[in-house]
Amino acid sequence: MLSTRHIIDIEDLTLADLTLILDTAESFKEVNERRIKKLPTLRGRTIVNLFLEPSTRTRTSFELAAKRLSADGINFAASASATVKGESLVDTAETLSAMACDLVILRHKYAGSPRMLAKHMDAHIINGGDGMHQHPTQALLDLFTMRERLGHLEGLTVGIVGDISHSRVAGSLVPALKMVGARPIVIGPPTLMPARPDALGAEVSYTLDDVLPELDVAYMLRIQMERAEGMPFPSVREYSRLWGMNEARLARMRPDAIVMHPGPMNRGVEISSAVADSPRAVVLDQVNAGVAVRMAAMYLLLGGDASDATA
Amino acid sequence: MTLLLRGGRVVDPGLELDEVCDVLIEDGIITKVGKDVVAAGATVVECAEKIIMPGLVDVHTHLREPGFEYKEDVESGTRAAAHGGFSAVCAMPNTNPICDEGSAVRFLVERAAERGHVRVHPIGALTVGLKGESLAEMGDMIAEGAVAFSDDGKGVQDAGTMRRVMDYAVTFGATVVCHCEDEALVGKGVVNEGVVSTRLGLTGWPSAGEDVAVARDIAIAELTGCRLHLAHISTAGALQAVREAKERGVAVTCEVTPHHLFLDEDALTPEYDTAMKMNPPLRTSADRAALVAGLKDGTVDAIATDHAPHAAHEKALEFELAPFGTTGLETALPLVITNLVAKDTLTWSDVARLMATGPRSALNLPPVTLAEGSVADITIIDPECRVEITPAFFESKSGNSAFLGTTLLGKATEVLVGGRFALRNGKVV
Repeated sequence: MLSTRHIIDIEDLTLADLTLILDTAESFKEVNERRIKKLPTLRGRTIVNLFLEPSTRTRTSFELAAKRLSADGINFAASASATVKGESLVDTAETLSAMACDLVILRHKYAGSPRMLAKHMDAHIINGGDGMHQHPTQALLDLFTMRERLGHLEGLTVGIVGDISHSRVAGSLVPALKMVGARPIVIGPPTLMPARPDALGAEVSYTLDDVLPELDVAYMLRIQMERAEGMPFPSVREYSRLWGMNEARLARMRPDAIVMHPGPMNRGVEISSAVADSPRAVVLDQVNAGVAVRMAAMYLLLGGDASDATA
Repeated sequence: MTLLLRGGRVVDPGLELDEVCDVLIEDGIITKVGKDVVAAGATVVECAEKIIMPGLVDVHTHLREPGFEYKEDVESGTRAAAHGGFSAVCAMPNTNPICDEGSAVRFLVERAAERGHVRVHPIGALTVGLKGESLAEMGDMIAEGAVAFSDDGKGVQDAGTMRRVMDYAVTFGATVVCHCEDEALVGKGVVNEGVVSTRLGLTGWPSAGEDVAVARDIAIAELTGCRLHLAHISTAGALQAVREAKERGVAVTCEVTPHHLFLDEDALTPEYDTAMKMNPPLRTSADRAALVAGLKDGTVDAIATDHAPHAAHEKALEFELAPFGTTGLETALPLVITNLVAKDTLTWSDVARLMATGPRSALNLPPVTLAEGSVADITIIDPECRVEITPAFFESKSGNSAFLGTTLLGKATEVLVGGRFALRNGKVV
């Protein structure tokens, strides 16, 4: 059992919760490799994907996870929902409550919205990404992938590179890494840093090359030009030259170090095609882990325990 | 009507008065202040253990009428003011239509005369439509009763326009009230830029966005000789700039709000409580401490509420979508008593200076004193009563208070406006 009703902020979880989710996800990953990829464990439970910001991969991942657990899943996309007709999030929450939903996954462009949803309904809430704040299941699937590829989490040095200030991935991954005893370093120009990255628990480096040899993981973030107010660097060319991952940089990393990316990738900007397609890049492993981790999160929130995860 | 305020502690810093005595009021005028005053047939208000001071004024109130009467109107806003102990408020111009011409000022003056519980002093816009471009008709607005000018809610971004505004205001000796926000630095900021903005993933509103604008406006005031009043100062840096400008002899004054004095950015975590969303935002504990120090050393001229009522459904939105602001008229005095007077940080004389005489002087309003022969605008305070800040406490139409759920010490029990009760025994008349 998890110690929390919701997964909104990665710090809602204890280290024991986090470990339980990763361990449970391992069982579900095995299920996903079977020919029949379905368990009856959440039959009769209703899970709502409330995606009020466009997303394909995260929504699909949650949807697949719900289906593989036999839950009844409903998709509430931004374009189809009442919110475009002016309904407030509180009204939407109360409507979903009246429909007796068990679990809501909220993706929203504004930070803090999952807390608001949790305040106005009884269902469990999973934050599927809230503005520039957090994306906790992304952090969990990233930890899962690191543990799987590198064998452990404690003591790893993980460089998170790029647009830290707008990144909900960094917002949840940095505290998650701290929880498991890893060493996060956020890397990028000051124009892409939040005001106080130290408040998240990360070390800061403005130059990738300085820290490259120390890294077990180079986690390349997508440059989110759509969120930037004003150009945060002189050109994509210069950004790529100073902070992009390429073969030369990969060669300077430890031989067993890996490259990660939450997707979608801007090939040729934060990551070169050669690196993206190399065996050292684990981008598709992350996607694969995503389904198992989300199955584990849903299953554990709705009252399951790890022992019958493979029933 | 003859009214005898008997046995209160009478405080008026302008008269260097702080002693227990009686105040006699005849036909709205203070006729006697002294010991053992006898007045046959007078209505007696027993003031033992209470404080009697010049009527409080809030120089920064949003009455919301016309245009946003669902949040507040002249009647409800002045009712809230009386309940909070104020005998007068200055109304900001960001209504709809905006108060940027004589007829809009006249509307407010007439509406206040019909429905107001306390005096209402209109503040006209600096620029047409608060757009920061063309000068509003200050002369016309003054003729109709405007007391000062402000584009509150927005900073005038163009320094050249601000120079013209201040140059022109000098014609009338009018005070220009500035909302100091450099939009190029602030952008879409919604909370103080720093630890909390980073943790919550919200866009930061940096202190420098205020400090830069304050420094600019002080320089332009120095250039033009205009009287400048800085609204809702929230940073230690801005306060220091004011302190240094005053030392140079610049005609600059400033106000701080109770929410910036008594709350800091930590109030936002972890719940993203939109009641705590302000502009300027709640700052750090160090900023807060600097503002409190500024009250004491005279850098701060006024405690002003920035009373910003909003309907419940407007604040029940995602943090980034919810409007800025908290109500303030009814909690300001109890907060000052609880956090400053009861802790011996401020004296009652300081309170009178910061909430009655100083703010009037900053905006060049007619002075209000307890001198014999003065109009009887008076606030009487019970410093010992306990006040629970619940939704039922408010007379305002809106309950978006950042202090809901707290218990405070002290409250106004009587407010007199021209010798007439606006508040009596704690109830609005």
